[in-house]
Amino acid sequence: MELRTRKMLDKSFTAVGLLAIVLMAASLLVLLQPIVWRGAGAFIFRETVENRRMKLEVLGRGSRERLSLEVTQAEAARKPVYDMLDAFEAEMEEGGPEFRKRYRGDYKEVLELVTELLGPRPGAAEPVLIRDRYGQTRWDRAEVKLHRILFVEEYDYSDPDRMGVKIEKPRAALFESTSLEPLFGYIEHNFKQMMLPKLTFYWRFLFDDSFDAHFFGGIWPEMLGTFYLAFGAMLFAVPLGIITAIYLSEYAGTGRFVSLLRTCISSLAGVPSIVFGLFGLAFFINTMKIANGKSVLAGSLTLALLVLPTVIRASEEAILAVPRTYKEAAMSLGAGKWRTIISVILPAALPGVLTSIIISMGRAAGETAPIIFTAAVSVGRPLAFWQTLSQPSPALSWNIYNLATEHEAVDEIRHVQYGMVLTLVTMVLLLNLTAIIIRARISRRLRG
Amino acid sequence: MHTVRKIENREGESVAPEERDRPDGINLGIERFHENLGAAKRPLIESRDFFVYYGDKAAVKKVSFDIPEGLVTAIIGPSGCGKSTYLRAINRMNDLIPGCHVEGALSLDGQDLYAPQVDVVSLRKTVGMVFQKPNPFPKSIFDNIAYGPRIHGTSDRRKLAETVERSLVQAALWDEVKDRLGDNALGLSGGQQQRLCIARAIAVNPKVLLMDEPASALDPLSTSRIEDLISELRGEYTIVIVTHNMQQAARVSDLTAFFYEGVLIEFGETRQIFTNPGEKQTEDYITGRFG
Repeated sequence: MELRTRKMLDKSFTAVGLLAIVLMAASLLVLLQPIVWRGAGAFIFRETVENRRMKLEVLGRGSRERLSLEVTQAEAARKPVYDMLDAFEAEMEEGGPEFRKRYRGDYKEVLELVTELLGPRPGAAEPVLIRDRYGQTRWDRAEVKLHRILFVEEYDYSDPDRMGVKIEKPRAALFESTSLEPLFGYIEHNFKQMMLPKLTFYWRFLFDDSFDAHFFGGIWPEMLGTFYLAFGAMLFAVPLGIITAIYLSEYAGTGRFVSLLRTCISSLAGVPSIVFGLFGLAFFINTMKIANGKSVLAGSLTLALLVLPTVIRASEEAILAVPRTYKEAAMSLGAGKWRTIISVILPAALPGVLTSIIISMGRAAGETAPIIFTAAVSVGRPLAFWQTLSQPSPALSWNIYNLATEHEAVDEIRHVQYGMVLTLVTMVLLLNLTAIIIRARISRRLRG
Repeated sequence: MHTVRKIENREGESVAPEERDRPDGINLGIERFHENLGAAKRPLIESRDFFVYYGDKAAVKKVSFDIPEGLVTAIIGPSGCGKSTYLRAINRMNDLIPGCHVEGALSLDGQDLYAPQVDVVSLRKTVGMVFQKPNPFPKSIFDNIAYGPRIHGTSDRRKLAETVERSLVQAALWDEVKDRLGDNALGLSGGQQQRLCIARAIAVNPKVLLMDEPASALDPLSTSRIEDLISELRGEYTIVIVTHNMQQAARVSDLTAFFYEGVLIEFGETRQIFTNPGEKQTEDYITGRFG
């Protein structure tokens, strides 16, 4: 090959490598951008006066004087709405059965929508659920509700070859030339004054309990549950994994039984995680009965089994990568085998072992399937440490799935779900970053 | 090699120039060695019909000779002649190799090394070893030297510090590292690392120091410092050194054993082996006809 060709090949390889890195970074950005953007919505958003009321009345935060001032302001802006509703109700009373029949259904819808937006009508009995006691607490949700007040959704099925086409008609048209007609224009124009939106940074989202099935509050029980599960899994997987790795690399030799053992460990790493979950349910809960039903302990044990093969293989690789000369030196000074392993081999293998541990922890924190049957519940209080032995807990991974699919009002609490996603992704990224930093530091120390 | 001039050895006797084949002017004291030999140094490591096998293959065959106490004994021979295997049999490092076993007798101080009641840990405490490639632990200089004393039960910080200083002084490394005992040993140069390994080996007060080609991975300057160190340590420790480098054997050792294909061909005073070998094979090897 000619020199020029070789040089060009080298250059093109560099270019391809760089291109691959740039592409990966770009796709990562594309992937992370919506997570960060929408997840941030759980922390930074425009809150309405309803949210400030909720914070004071439910959580006891905020200034009572300022709030009462704001509430007075908002109530003044809202008063015409209620006046118009009262007037229309009076009109219905007088209007006779024909009139009532015509407007009853539409009016009921308007009443419901207004209640959803502004909260219960003054003088109404206090509802049981917190979510019914307040209007829309987030400006973005309030805008959606406003839109629904202003427009009626209808589907046009006139073309039989197409699916129904959504068309929106102004709701005001339904109440043409009644006393309710000006209501819609009034709400639209005085919307800000009624809701008093204010940008807020809700950092306590991470540390607040959740109220009323995640309608309000934060994700602390989920975060705590994830911590317990991940750390608990490491508590079982790390000693077991390292001891197994030591056995395999230093004691086991190369018998047939040992190679069978290795094959088993490798294939264990390929078992679907839901199978681990079922095993955990069958073994730890139904057979061992370690607690009455699901518990964090059972989930931790299941997750430990899940990450064990990774810990074993990575630790074994790290131990085998320790130069033989260290071992010889220790032995020649009179150290026994166990002593050599503890004082020389393990410290030298530490970067690899630690990396495997931290990456496994990230995996344990993110796994969903193994904890569905063993540890996770959709709503729960934050657990004290000793409660983890017997009680289940919510956890980020499971609750993301739960909020996205099984929650009774998925659209209303989407921001919580995205907040959880952002938190989980950040946690896992931080763990991996820690792994990289620890590894670099220890390697530097070992290299001298 | 150097300008020929008469110099005086430690006893004040003049030394013939041809007996002084060292680059740095340190006198080996050949006369004294003769006297010592005359006083019939006590044999410390005795082999009688000693075999080492790797599986079925004998790497050391029927070796019988005595290594005297307090002297430097060199083992020379071509690659694969069994010299390293023999050396590693003395502190039973061969135990680590699967399928390795021995026959015959090898004793240290009258104690059979392969008797079942032998405690390998205390044997290796008595017989230190320095390897071909410097192999300090990835720990601080202090922890490297203190490793041996620590595993043998010393935990008193002051005692350890004393041991570390004494060993480093003995290994002629103290002045270079005394201000950075906490630094990682892997930051030292190759020659320093090897002297550190020697210091580490003597920190447990061994009787015997085994050196397996201790300078073969080092540059000439570091090599000569290691050789100086060996002559410094001569007398205090019984040193057995395996080397490829015949000049080195001639420079540092009192006695030389020549191994060939696992068999001990000749054993005797270094000067006699190098100037007047008794066996044809020894002569061929020394004169470079094979090896």
